Amino acid sequence: MAATYFTEDHEWIRVEGDTATVGITDYAQQQLGDLVFVELPEVGRNLAKGDAAVVVESVKAASDVYAPCDGEILSVNEALSGAPALVNSAATGDGWLWTMKLADASQLDGLMDAAAYDKHIA
Amino acid sequence: MTGKDELNPLPLRDLPLRDLHETAGARFGGFAGWSMPITYPLGVMKEHLHTREQAGLFDISHMKLFRLTGPDAAAALARACPLDPDAIAQNHSKYTLLLDESAGIVDDLIVTRLGPDAFMVVANAGNAQADEAELKARAAGLAVAIEPLDGVFLALQGPGAEAAAIRAGLPVDGLVFMQGTEPRADWFLSRSGYTGEDGFEIGLPEADARALVAALLTDPSVAWIGLAARDSLRLEAGLCLHGQDITPETNPVEAGLTWAIPKTVRERGGFVGAEALAAAMAAGPARRRVGLKPEGRQPVRAGAVILDEDGSEIGIVTSGGFGPSAGHPVAMGYVRAGRAEAALHTDIRGNRIALAVHPLPFTPHRYRRG
Repeated sequence: MAATYFTEDHEWIRVEGDTATVGITDYAQQQLGDLVFVELPEVGRNLAKGDAAVVVESVKAASDVYAPCDGEILSVNEALSGAPALVNSAATGDGWLWTMKLADASQLDGLMDAAAYDKHIA
Repeated sequence: MTGKDELNPLPLRDLPLRDLHETAGARFGGFAGWSMPITYPLGVMKEHLHTREQAGLFDISHMKLFRLTGPDAAAALARACPLDPDAIAQNHSKYTLLLDESAGIVDDLIVTRLGPDAFMVVANAGNAQADEAELKARAAGLAVAIEPLDGVFLALQGPGAEAAAIRAGLPVDGLVFMQGTEPRADWFLSRSGYTGEDGFEIGLPEADARALVAALLTDPSVAWIGLAARDSLRLEAGLCLHGQDITPETNPVEAGLTWAIPKTVRERGGFVGAEALAAAMAAGPARRRVGLKPEGRQPVRAGAVILDEDGSEIGIVTSGGFGPSAGHPVAMGYVRAGRAEAALHTDIRGNRIALAVHPLPFTPHRYRRG
């Protein structure tokens, strides 16, 4: 059973066992506006919590997406290379950014659940 | 995830029609001391395309209009700018520059002749105060009144602008590109804009503006367009943004704007910056402004360093982003003279991105020249 957590910086992380899928929230994609480019990281890269892992570029500006936890990148969403707007249309679905193997699942304890995140952006 | 918006510690001024933008769902951001609608729920991409396909309505009340009147109004402008005001026919507009003594560009202006002794000057928001002080200083001893106008300034831009203007009752009959009139007391109406499209700019009192906006927004072809799309539209149109592409540190020769300065005016001189401009023209530009097409999909933004094939710095990007109509990233910047055709590239976060020099504009101008 997957559990989804949220960061204050508007990433979501969906965890199944010791692997996780990461993306930005629907709120975040709305704030950014139409994305025109997503710079994906290399598979195999080791991330520390808080590292800038992905850069998303809208018509106007570039923004960093941070790693919500330590871990190694297992895969990246190659579909975004040709269709960055997938992040706008399906931020929490087909617009996912990368998957990672979690190094320390206890880091999840510091993240928000959906109710807390909704409060955070309210 | 975080944006990289700059924090602005100064209080921002609100537009007179702010409430209308709030009702329309605008997101606001600081620009040149003003809290401006940056984008509406349509989003930057669709706002940009809507303007190119139908008609975009922009609130540009942050920009400043000055009315110059008096028997020496033309003489004051001839001293202030590299311009021949006497050669401007009644109700015609001319793009010109405000230069400093070094021929650095203090601002770019649109000057419209409204009568024998009356002109309208449209200045950029960020420079409005400095422009007013400069214009007044340069008019010292001359019989001219320089009066900043308050009110609302709107732009209606796009292939559907004329039809929408007529349906809303705007007296646009007979106006062609770069002409302007005062159709009613305290109104200024010109066929101009800064998107590359046909369109109008309308200065008018707030109450009139509210009625006009209400009429325009009943038209399905008209939508509010924010500052973000205004920027991508003007960049695709190859138009300079003062403060970015042209500044007091750039002169008209390197900016490629000498077309705006009549040859007779260059030869005659008599305007602030004339000697420095003549010297700059004689010496030729050390660097020149070019359009740049980045390879691939990744936008190249202002501040990116332009490198030659050896990796030496030979220029800088002054405006850059994604061109929704062009369908690819677009940029503008300065490159050392003689090197513009060399293999250029930039480096963004470790990615080497080739930059092809591209003729400006990126999207063809569609002005109504009559």
